Amino acid sequence: MKNLLRTSFPSLTQNEALARGIAAQFSLLFDPTVEELSDIRTAVSEAVTNAVIHGYGHKNGVVFMELCAEDDVLTVTVRDEGRGIEDIELARRPFYTSMPEAERSGMGFAVMEAFMDSVKVESEPGRGTTVIMKKRLGSDE
Amino acid sequence: MRSTIIKKGGVLTAKLSGELDQHSAAKVRRELDEALRDPGIRRIEFDLAGLTFMDSSGIGVILGRYRTVSRRGGSMGIANAADNVERILRMSGVYTLTTERSAQ
Repeated sequence: MKNLLRTSFPSLTQNEALARGIAAQFSLLFDPTVEELSDIRTAVSEAVTNAVIHGYGHKNGVVFMELCAEDDVLTVTVRDEGRGIEDIELARRPFYTSMPEAERSGMGFAVMEAFMDSVKVESEPGRGTTVIMKKRLGSDE
Repeated sequence: MRSTIIKKGGVLTAKLSGELDQHSAAKVRRELDEALRDPGIRRIEFDLAGLTFMDSSGIGVILGRYRTVSRRGGSMGIANAADNVERILRMSGVYTLTTERSAQ
């Protein structure tokens, strides 16, 4: 089965819950384990939070999320058109944060990497950031 | 997201329930900081039994409050995390900062 869902929403922190809820509901079609579902919710929450607070810095913007499932591989793409990342390698480094004053732990990308099978980050300063995460579902059995 | 805060004998127990993300973190942070203004609080204990979801925003909340009590020479405990929450807590290394209450 192949399925695709494209959605976009304002860059509000309220929409973190909405985004992970949508991603979880979409994933249910592919019979994930409870743990996989939880992993997806967490990874999506991290990616959307990054888009809202780092990409747009709490300014108005639009976050785009695409969910694609083909066979048993889920691909989640979260994109913003915000400020972008100067140094992706540094941003992905565990515990690095550009916003220590906001009590960001710097674990966002590390969590995405731990909970998904792969995480790809594309970014251009001034243009925005795209995070592409893949996870094979139902792989535990 | 709900937080129930109980203060007893210098120990602040924060029972968190629901989903803790960047959005709900702001409210929890405010409530805990208000309670921590009491200089008699020497220990903070997070009871996460009711927490169904937490992303890395929760780590920021926990570490920030730990900083407050540790500046007073206080300590922190974390209990009852569900499996998904526990994974993030372990990844963050936050358990290296916690102690048992009996150690006080």
